[in-house]
Amino acid sequence: MATLTLDNVRKSFGATDVIHGVNIEVTDGEFIVIVGPSGCGKSTLLRMVAGLEGITSGEIRIDGHRVNEAEPMERNIAMVFQNYALYPHMSVFDNMAYGLKIAKTPKDEIAARVASAAKLLQLEPYLQRKPRELSGGQRQRVAMGRAIVRKPAVFLFDEPLSNLDAKLRVQMRLEIKQLQRELGVTSLYVTHDQVEAMTLADRMIVMNAGVADQIGKPLEVYENPQTEFVAGFIGSPATNFMPAGSVGVSVGKTVGIRPEHIQLTDTPTRLKARVAYCEALGAETLVHLRLPHGQLITVRQGGHLPLPSEGTDLWLGWHDAAMMVFGADGRRI
Amino acid sequence: MFVPDPFGLKTQFVGLGNFEYLLGDPYYRASFVTTAIFSSLVTVVSMGVALYLAILADRLIKGSGTYRTLLIWPYAVAPAVAGVLWMFMFNTRVGVVAWYLGLLGYDWNHVLDEAEAMGLVVVASSWGRISYNFLFFLAGLQAIPRSVIEAAAIDGAKFWTRFRTIVWPLLSPTTFFLLVVNVVYAFFETFGVIHTITAGGPQQATTILVYKVYSDGFVGQDLGSSAAQSVILLVLVGILTVIQFKFIERRVHY
Repeated sequence: MATLTLDNVRKSFGATDVIHGVNIEVTDGEFIVIVGPSGCGKSTLLRMVAGLEGITSGEIRIDGHRVNEAEPMERNIAMVFQNYALYPHMSVFDNMAYGLKIAKTPKDEIAARVASAAKLLQLEPYLQRKPRELSGGQRQRVAMGRAIVRKPAVFLFDEPLSNLDAKLRVQMRLEIKQLQRELGVTSLYVTHDQVEAMTLADRMIVMNAGVADQIGKPLEVYENPQTEFVAGFIGSPATNFMPAGSVGVSVGKTVGIRPEHIQLTDTPTRLKARVAYCEALGAETLVHLRLPHGQLITVRQGGHLPLPSEGTDLWLGWHDAAMMVFGADGRRI
Repeated sequence: MFVPDPFGLKTQFVGLGNFEYLLGDPYYRASFVTTAIFSSLVTVVSMGVALYLAILADRLIKGSGTYRTLLIWPYAVAPAVAGVLWMFMFNTRVGVVAWYLGLLGYDWNHVLDEAEAMGLVVVASSWGRISYNFLFFLAGLQAIPRSVIEAAAIDGAKFWTRFRTIVWPLLSPTTFFLLVVNVVYAFFETFGVIHTITAGGPQQATTILVYKVYSDGFVGQDLGSSAAQSVILLVLVGILTVIQFKFIERRVHY
């Protein structure tokens, strides 16, 4: 069990800066998710914590000890890779026992620890199999088992679910969350999937081009995005952005309104738009409307409401409180 | 199955007489031992050095292109040319290396010393082979996913442990393939090198089987024996390859 501190951590490859100073204080047992689009530096940040990438400046501390110069093995961390990175020539048992064998753990203790991890992960029937004889979800569990048996101070997850199909991903997501609760190990989890971030995180870090745009509890971030980027990235379908002037706001440059905060009416309200097409998803319906100057606006409404027919003109209405106003620099006003 | 008369005018049927004679011939049996020593040395040296260089190249980030090109070059040199090259370097009278060895107080003479002769043909044969092996080893190393190595590093394995427990087993298909190919190479394709450097001497110390086929048949004009030797050689390589596939392949992870 440990705390993890990133203190103004920066990374550059040659002249290119990829991480522009990230600060975060992770408390013991906390589940932190780093989320952002591809190329925002989130995996690099994780690899820096793991010791697989050098740190250009700043400091990483685990339990208060500076680990910048420490080898990966000295940091007491365990990592789950996107492609699982199992040792293909070893059985499931040997995969999980590898780190313990190297640490010269007594044989009976290795057997006991692997057995309990296998039980926790429902891998008992597969211990003698090779990774290639397992399904994707089972391989994922072996990768987690390998991390668990070493009883590390910090778990690092590098997009562990992105190689799984949609259904399995939802199931494994729950399992990871349960497991982390049960073990209480401080965890850092990287993903580009905002749903994973929302559901797993105690707190999440939204990264944008090497900068941590916002750090906070998932719902806090959702309801109160600090930048235009965060408002657009978190939430699906994405927030609608309109020029501030067009909706009668005098300060700021852009106004963002979430799709669920717009009501459609026949009677005049704020803006008039024409229904372009509808996506009925059952529980909810996404209505895409076109404003007179051509911009598309997405509205999310309950699935019980009547489906508006395409080509009809409707009015868009919202409460003042639903408007998120952003300045020219993209920051919230 | 035939023995020609000394002038090559007529031949006489002898059945398996040529084989019988060969197996009783101490020179032929000595040639087996020579071949075994020679081919194991060539295989071990060329594969060992190639693997070492490939590991270095795999870790290299800058200048890897130049490094690789330079390493692949020797493969373009014909065996006979390579033989002449090494022969001149180690020539007792005019060789650069022999001269420097002389300065160090070592009297190099591979024309007289059997061990030196063997060493020289092994080095010369391995040299051209290293490029080939290097290419395969490098490709094999680069096919190992980076994340697997990283996972091992996080698991606490230092470089040598990682190599022994992860890289070497995953490289085994490549190693196995090269083993077969190199043994066959050492058996057959080293003729040019041996012919130019030592011509099988001194005292037949470097007369490997394939060289003996040539020297008995075309120098000694004993075509019958030469043909019989070719058949034995063919069978031998066949058996060797089967053995390698049967026993070593079991320990290979694909």
